[in-house]
Amino acid sequence: MDSFRSKIIPVSAILAGVVVLWYVFAVILNAPFQRDLDRRANETPGTVEFIGKTLSQPKPTLPAPHQVAVNFFENTFLRSVTSNRSLVYNAWVTLSSTLLGFAFGTALGILIAVGIVHVATLERSLMPWIIASQTIPILAVAPMIIVVLAAIGITGLIPKALISTYLSFFPVAVGMVKGLRSPEFMHLDLMHTYNASASQTFWKLRVPASVPFLFTSMKVAVAASLVGAIVGELPTGAVAGIGAKLLAGAYYSQTIDIWSALVAGSIVAALLVMVVGIAGRLVDRAMGGRPA
Amino acid sequence: MSAVKHSWQANLAFMLAIFPIIVFVFNIGVPGLAWPYGSFSGGLAIALVALPVWIAGRLPKLWEAALLFICAHGAAFLLLGSIRGHEGTAGPAYYLVLAAAWLLAWRCVAVLSEQRPNSRLMSTVLRLIVPAIFGAWILIVWEAVTRGAGIPFILLPPPSAIGARIANSLPILGSDVRQTIFKAVLIGYVVGNLAGFVVAILADRVPFLRRGLLPIGNMVSALPIIGVAPIMVMWFGFDWPSKAAVVIIMTFFPMLVNTVAGLAASGHMERDLMRTYASGYWPTLLKLRLPAAMPFIFNALKINSTLALIGAIVAEFFGTPVVGMGFRISTEVGRMNIDMVWAEIAVAALAGSVFYGVVALIERAVTFWHPSVRGG
Repeated sequence: MDSFRSKIIPVSAILAGVVVLWYVFAVILNAPFQRDLDRRANETPGTVEFIGKTLSQPKPTLPAPHQVAVNFFENTFLRSVTSNRSLVYNAWVTLSSTLLGFAFGTALGILIAVGIVHVATLERSLMPWIIASQTIPILAVAPMIIVVLAAIGITGLIPKALISTYLSFFPVAVGMVKGLRSPEFMHLDLMHTYNASASQTFWKLRVPASVPFLFTSMKVAVAASLVGAIVGELPTGAVAGIGAKLLAGAYYSQTIDIWSALVAGSIVAALLVMVVGIAGRLVDRAMGGRPA
Repeated sequence: MSAVKHSWQANLAFMLAIFPIIVFVFNIGVPGLAWPYGSFSGGLAIALVALPVWIAGRLPKLWEAALLFICAHGAAFLLLGSIRGHEGTAGPAYYLVLAAAWLLAWRCVAVLSEQRPNSRLMSTVLRLIVPAIFGAWILIVWEAVTRGAGIPFILLPPPSAIGARIANSLPILGSDVRQTIFKAVLIGYVVGNLAGFVVAILADRVPFLRRGLLPIGNMVSALPIIGVAPIMVMWFGFDWPSKAAVVIIMTFFPMLVNTVAGLAASGHMERDLMRTYASGYWPTLLKLRLPAAMPFIFNALKINSTLALIGAIVAEFFGTPVVGMGFRISTEVGRMNIDMVWAEIAVAALAGSVFYGVVALIERAVTFWHPSVRGG
């Protein structure tokens, strides 16, 4: 009951507040256009009728929550999943390149971390560039990568996945360097007294010690990976995917479509982070971790 | 260490140089053959990469590093010079010499990383030089391969062409930077961070708000917020305010979450001490809790410095006036002016690094008391 009092009530109160504010702003922002429409139609609706109209425009400046919810429901559950207007289909397209990029990025990040921990030269020369690499707005480079790869015949999933890779390798590399270095001196010394080789120390001490760090950074990485996949769809004029939905909505001023695509993206992000979190907990339990 | 004494890199470099030496010796004066084109500079490059095998491990470390530095980079310089006018005709000898020079540079970095200088100045210089060599080699290999293999300009222009492009189009780049960075990014960054900070203080005052906002803030920071860009462009028009709005939204939540976490970072002892001084909420906040929160706040400022740049550039994909970095990138890709795109990327990278560096410098000045800055 404690978590109910301390968490659920405040969170739902604030969410309710957000929804109320959203309705208020929807009325305020849509009112000028509606007034314009009424003047042209020579209508003088009452206040309640006017508010009702602002909340049911086909292309509102700010769609009301229920409009977004209805659009989201229609496009998710009422359409066949093979239709290119279905959000499930579009989310799947984005998800597949997210997952591929996430897998590449995690592998690359772990590889770099292992290299940095074991080769002193790499630590000195590579680490500053890894940090600098993230100050480059890679998303700006995304169109380049896609065009260049398309020119040499690589299209489809891989270019988008590469952008996700670039965004997701960094948290994993940094987290894993920290994790592989996390065993204390005492433990390393103990391995030394066992006459353990470098590879034995690595597999039996460093790797197990780094697992919690790995999953924490993978949560960050998977969210970054999704952002990469969505942005990767923007410059290509991709025909499918959440990013393509956003772009199409922006071209045709289908604001409700944009918002429901955003909701779909958010749900995918939350699910991904949750799945990684659950996987982390399962691995932790399988390795003999006890709930603290 | 025995590995250092024998220096496998220098030995391998020598072995790699054997084939180019043979090619060079037998091809002298025969025009029209693969690299080294019978030229003097090609021969000198080969000699430079073969030479260090005799000296590695026999000289004082610093001298060895200096000599390796000269050999590796001299060879690279001569190599790049000799390919000029013969683009796309490089044979295996060319790449072998390149690989050998790279090995020597690696050896040089390895020797330098092992140095433990006792003067502060020297260690700072070393800390800068090692990554600088690494970065320089990325550019050298890029230049050598694109020129040597004759990769089409449209696919990947060599760094020298990008540099020339930057030098030639400074006014355009300048106006793009002014539009994107000085208007959209800076204004959005300042407003977004201030808003996040103020709401965090508010949340700190009102526990109910904090308990409600924190889980939401944590969740929102995992969401693809960048997706609001088209909406903001629709609301605020094509000019910079819409980009600033995207930046505000992107920077708000990291600042909020980090500041709230930072405000909880001061220890119980210190807070109790402030209570015994009869210090109220605001004096405690200003004198104890905010200073203690500074590492967290600067963490958010650093994260936000990259997010802000990304937000502004991506928002420009959805519509801009005819100036701005994102606009330039998307239009020049369409016109196949790839060198201009790379110039824009280089400027963005530079701006991002400078932005990050300035924040990091301010952090060092503000959190001078923190163990990670004191280095003790």
